[in-house]
Amino acid sequence: MKSLLIRDLRLATRAGGGFGLALAFFLIVCTLVPFGVGPEGGQLARIAPGILWVGALLACLLSLDRIFALDFEDGSLDLLATAPLPLEGAVAVKALAHWLTTGLPLVLFAPLLGVLLHLPGPAYPWLLASLLLGTPALSMLGAFGAAVTVGLRRGGLLLSLLVLPLYVPTLIFGAEAVRRGASGADPVTPLVFLAAITLAVLALVPFASAAALRVNLR
Amino acid sequence: MSIWEYANPVKFMRTSGAALPFVVAGAALCTVVGLVWGFLTPLDYKQGSTVKIIFLHVPAALMAINIWLMMLVASLIWLIRRHHVSALAAKAAAPVGAVMTLIALMTGAIWGQPMWGTWWEWDPRLTSFLVLFLFYLGYMALWGAVEDADSAADLTGVLCLVGSVFAILSRYAVNFWNQGLHQGASLSLAPGERMSAVYRYPLYLTMLGFFLLFLALLLIRTRTEIRRRRLAALLARENRR
Repeated sequence: MKSLLIRDLRLATRAGGGFGLALAFFLIVCTLVPFGVGPEGGQLARIAPGILWVGALLACLLSLDRIFALDFEDGSLDLLATAPLPLEGAVAVKALAHWLTTGLPLVLFAPLLGVLLHLPGPAYPWLLASLLLGTPALSMLGAFGAAVTVGLRRGGLLLSLLVLPLYVPTLIFGAEAVRRGASGADPVTPLVFLAAITLAVLALVPFASAAALRVNLR
Repeated sequence: MSIWEYANPVKFMRTSGAALPFVVAGAALCTVVGLVWGFLTPLDYKQGSTVKIIFLHVPAALMAINIWLMMLVASLIWLIRRHHVSALAAKAAAPVGAVMTLIALMTGAIWGQPMWGTWWEWDPRLTSFLVLFLFYLGYMALWGAVEDADSAADLTGVLCLVGSVFAILSRYAVNFWNQGLHQGASLSLAPGERMSAVYRYPLYLTMLGFFLLFLALLLIRTRTEIRRRRLAALLARENRR
C-alpha cells in the first residue's frame, strides 16, 4: 500500500504528471471571476466562499481521469487487480494520492485566493477547515467516476457529467460553512455534516469504485 | 408461479405482449379522462385557472421519483441475480423518467411564474429535481457510452446505487441550505390540509393514468430492447458463419 502511494505520488509530481495543473486552473478561475462580476469589494466578498468552493471543485475535476487512465492503458491496473492488496484498498490509495497532489495544494492555496476575492477575515479558518474536510470526499467520489469511465473513449466529458451531481451535497455544506464563517454565524453545523459526508464516502465508495473497476477490467 | 419466471425473456415477451394493449388502453383512458375532468374543475378562489396545471405537475413529479426507485430496484435485481430483462427494464425506464422530471420542472416553472412571480427559484424541491434530472442524464449517457452490453448494465447499476444515495442526500442537503416556496406534501391525508375533493379525485385519476402510461412505455421500450438484443445476437451468428 505504501509503495503504491509512493509510486503514484512520484508519477504525479514528475514532469508530465499534471501536478500543478489543477492549482493553475484554480488560480485562473478565481482571477476570472472579478473580471466577470466587476471589482467591487463588497460584492466579491459576498460571493467569495461560493467561488472558492466551486473553483476548488472544478480544479479537482480536471485531473480525475488521470487517476486510473494511465494505469489502465499500460496494464498496471490489471496487475493491481491481481495483487494481494484488495482492489478496494488500491482504489483508496489512488484516491489518497490524488488528494495529496490536488486536494491538499488546493486547500493550502485557497486562503491566498481568498485575499484576492476580499474574503472577510473571520472566514479563513473555516475556509481551510471546510476544504480540508471536503476535498477528500471530492477525490474519492472522483475516483469512483474515473473507475466507471476508465475504459471508455470520450470518457472525460462523461466523467464530469457523472461526478458533478455527486458533488452537490459536499459543495452545499462546504460553501455554507465558509459563508457562515464570513458572516459571523456559527459554522459548526454544516462542518459536522460535511465531515459526516466525507467519512461515509471514504468508508463506502471504495467498494463501489472497485466493483466498477472489476467490470471494466473484465 | 413466481415473479422470477419473467426473468425469462420469452416468457416476459409473451406476457407483456398480451398485457400491453390493456395497459395502453387503461393509460389512455385514465390520462384523457383525468385531464379533461381536471380541465373542467372550477377555478380556485386564489389561484384561478393556474391550479389546473396540478393535473400534469403532480403526477409527473410523482413518476419522476418513482421511476428512479424502480430503476434502483431493477439494478439491484440485475446486480444480485443477473436477470437481463431487469437490466434492460432499468435502461428502458431512464428516458421516461428523465422526461417526467423535465415535465415536472417545466410545468412547475409555468405554474410558478404567475403564483410566485418567478420562473425559477432555488428552492429545495426545485433544486433536488434539477439534481435528479442531472442524475438521469448521467445514467443515460453512461448506457450510451459503454459498448459491451453486460458491462454497461453493471456500471449503470453501480452508478444507480451510488446516485440514489446522493440524490437523497442532495434532497435533504438543499433543505438545510434554503427554505423554499414550494409547499410540503401535496397529498396530505390530514383533513384540514387536504385539498378539496373537486381537485383530489381527478388528480388521483391522472396519477393512475401517468402510472399506467409509464408502465406502457416501459413495456414497449423493454420489448424493443429485448428485440434489439436478439437482433444483435442473430447478426453476430450470421457474421460468424
